[in-house]
Amino acid sequence: MTALTTFLEHYNYFITIFLMVSGLYIVIARGNMIKKLVGLSLFQTSVYLLYVAPGKIIGGTAPIFDRAYTVYSNPLPHVLILTAIVVGVATLALGLALVVRINEAYGTIEEDEIFSADGEI
Amino acid sequence: MELFTNAVLLTLLAIVTVAIARQRSLFGVVILSGIYSFLMASVLIVLDAVDVAMTEASVGAGISTVILLATLHLTKSIEYPKPRNTLLPLFVSVFVGAALVWGTIDLPAFGTADAPIHRHTTPRYISDAQDHRIAPNIVTAVLADYRSFDTMGETAVIFTGGIGVVLLLKGRRRRRPGKTAGEGMS
Repeated sequence: MTALTTFLEHYNYFITIFLMVSGLYIVIARGNMIKKLVGLSLFQTSVYLLYVAPGKIIGGTAPIFDRAYTVYSNPLPHVLILTAIVVGVATLALGLALVVRINEAYGTIEEDEIFSADGEI
Repeated sequence: MELFTNAVLLTLLAIVTVAIARQRSLFGVVILSGIYSFLMASVLIVLDAVDVAMTEASVGAGISTVILLATLHLTKSIEYPKPRNTLLPLFVSVFVGAALVWGTIDLPAFGTADAPIHRHTTPRYISDAQDHRIAPNIVTAVLADYRSFDTMGETAVIFTGGIGVVLLLKGRRRRRPGKTAGEGMS
């Protein structure tokens, strides 16, 4: 019973960890560079959840002042994560631009083929 | 009700993640990551982070999908064929996941109002933002008024990223006519 309550109370964190680990797995296991970058952004997105979930108060409302409400969820993680999202898309764009250039230099975006092409030279 | 919606949306997120990991068509991966971003935005609304949800829906599901599709168009690669050996990555992932689960078990339960995160610093920001009458939205007040220099640093990071993308893709256009026309241009 207690194990079940603990699991339900931490369900958010477990899903967050699952998303994070899946992103890590995709980054390591897949050789395609676009897929790798998608995995990287999965990893990033799980961090948003890790920050925002503890700030939630059950029965609270979004942190916007109104006379009808007194309990607000924590606004500080939201501010941090707003920054993280925008920086995340900047890094994704930079990574994809590098992929485009790599594709022009090697004619492929598969990591294994790029390594073998380098070995031949 | 909040808890139930949250749990359902999180489960859907996990399912979409598995689908992304298994999908072999890159086009499918891009579309699934758009779906993932929209689900994440819904979860963020349930978690009361409305500003973050709006940004995630526009940036994560909008711009990211567009630049991923543009990259697919430029690289002309739609599918990737052969899987690699997945034993080592699986082991690393399971190990990291187990360590993280072990670390999170002691965290306070989800949604409790007396967790340490709500007792320190935050009450000060909330009461100050109310007293100073800056903006009714506390996130805006912190981002634009109390922490505006941090936001300026963020803008500098995006600017640098944008310059990097422009430099990388600009060199490409210059080289391409040189290659097709002959060896003359560098």
